[in-house]
Amino acid sequence: MSETLNRYRVSTRRSAELALLVGAWLIGVFAWILVDSATGETSLGGWTSLLSAGVLLLITHGAVRWQAPYADPLLLPSVAALNMLGLAMIHRLDIAAAQRAISNGSPMPTPDVYLQLTWMLVGLVAFILVLSFVGDHRRLQRFTFTAGFAGIALLFLPLLPFIGSEVNGARLWINFLGFTFQPGELAKVALTIFFAGFLVTRRHSLALVHKKILGVGVPRAKDVGPLLLVWFAALLVLILERDLGTSLLLFGLFIVMLYVATGRRSWVLIGGSLLTVGGGLAYQAFGHVRVRFDVWLDPFADANGSGFQIVQSLYGFANGGIFGTGWGQGYPQLVPFAKTDFITSALGEELGLMGMIAILLLFAIVVERGARAAVATRDPFGNLLAIGLTTVIGLQTFIVIGGVTRLVPLTGLTTPFLSYGGSSLVANYIIIALLIRISNAARAPEVTDAELVLRQDGEGND
Amino acid sequence: MSELLLSILRIGFLIALWWFVLTVVSVLRRDLQAPRDAKPLTPARSGKRPSPRPTLRARKTSTQLVIVEGALTGTAVPLGSSPIIIGRAPDATIVLDDDFVSTHHARLTPNGNHWMVEDLGSTNGTWIDRTRVTTPTVFRPGTQLRIGRTSMELSS
Repeated sequence: MSETLNRYRVSTRRSAELALLVGAWLIGVFAWILVDSATGETSLGGWTSLLSAGVLLLITHGAVRWQAPYADPLLLPSVAALNMLGLAMIHRLDIAAAQRAISNGSPMPTPDVYLQLTWMLVGLVAFILVLSFVGDHRRLQRFTFTAGFAGIALLFLPLLPFIGSEVNGARLWINFLGFTFQPGELAKVALTIFFAGFLVTRRHSLALVHKKILGVGVPRAKDVGPLLLVWFAALLVLILERDLGTSLLLFGLFIVMLYVATGRRSWVLIGGSLLTVGGGLAYQAFGHVRVRFDVWLDPFADANGSGFQIVQSLYGFANGGIFGTGWGQGYPQLVPFAKTDFITSALGEELGLMGMIAILLLFAIVVERGARAAVATRDPFGNLLAIGLTTVIGLQTFIVIGGVTRLVPLTGLTTPFLSYGGSSLVANYIIIALLIRISNAARAPEVTDAELVLRQDGEGND
Repeated sequence: MSELLLSILRIGFLIALWWFVLTVVSVLRRDLQAPRDAKPLTPARSGKRPSPRPTLRARKTSTQLVIVEGALTGTAVPLGSSPIIIGRAPDATIVLDDDFVSTHHARLTPNGNHWMVEDLGSTNGTWIDRTRVTTPTVFRPGTQLRIGRTSMELSS
């Protein structure tokens, strides 16, 4: 009996998770020390921040041990490492901003790293709450349409008067009790739940039942109607709010989930052609889309105007080279929005190509583990939900890092876990919590420890 | 701080970062090499499975349900002392993703030292060999239980 017990205990790999979490935290501490020593900054506030981040991660690990003992051991340490690297870079950019304020004689800016740390706390609390309250991810299927409505409502919130606010030409934020929040980040989680719940019941009819109209097979309106409705509503809102990144993300998510649910390659072709047509129309219709596109094709045409940001980002990567300038020794503060959209160019400058590849590998590991949880789950809803959530993280990383490195046109999005921005951090921790819940269901053995104990008790009574 | 020390630390940080990533990858590899421990449904490998209590084995000869035909062929489900529901619903014990299977299709219940099959009002029927199950029927080792496109057998 004890042999059996050991066999199951070994497979949880919780100690590996703990060791890797400590490693992730130490990487963050190392980065922080290097930033402070290179910039000559010696503030005691740093140590309390680092210690509280470490304690938060330990508590989260405890929650995983308690609530999802069989969960994937690599998801949490990978995102923790990314989060710690993000914190160190935000701290570094805070120091740069403070030094510039001193040399200009302007008032000292408030450091952003403490606010980001607060958001990390909120994110990890959300993580633990999701893990505790969603005991079984299949229960989320009941909230399919609620999630769909909630997603649309969240997207609409910033358009409302009074609470909605416009920053840098995009109307994405709401003001709530002095905090600003970007509800679109949570909307992507809600819409993924909606797509998964809806497609899991309709995928066979979507793939097989067609009406012939003019010789072309068209799915029945009742199979495809609500899907298109939610999707058009989402795109409409995003066009009104001028949020290109999120619209691209939702579009890609929609195509991937349709493809996975039905197994029909034609959806990818249809999606690709719709993207081309939609992109072409947007280029003609909207000035801001045209600017983004022209800057992508030739940023040096207007290097001090519209192309300034991307040109500075490219110079940053070039300055970093293969091994980077080292923490605190580059000039990442020269790129506008270095803390949010352009944090990868800051990291690319100071850590170089080697650092960038390591960071991209961490994202790749998160995506691989998510996809693996999707493949290993038995229930089709869990399959679709896990693949959808994984797609959100993977696609968002691709869109923003691709934009910063000028592989694709730049559309503002946050880099998951690295960027400064609370709503994004909280939403991404919720995504990881759901993935951990699904992977726990996929990896749990058919005989749980509780049952083994029961059997042992039974043996004692014999 | 001296220039030399800073560049040593710069490379040192990259080494630490890569060491972390490679450790993660090595855990990932170990995890992939032993997936049998992790998966809830595994192909039948009688030797690797935890053996049930000796008393149980003496009383009940059949300890697992093996799927011999259909999408899950090769899958073995251990039989305990609780009933098993087969169907398309996610809360079923064995989830069959098959259009010919009803949401809650059939139930297997232990009764003394054998298993009973009961049809739960399915659309396409539950079959033991060539006979349709209409009332609770004894499911003997050596006979085939057929639900939709899936066939399964009891094995010890």
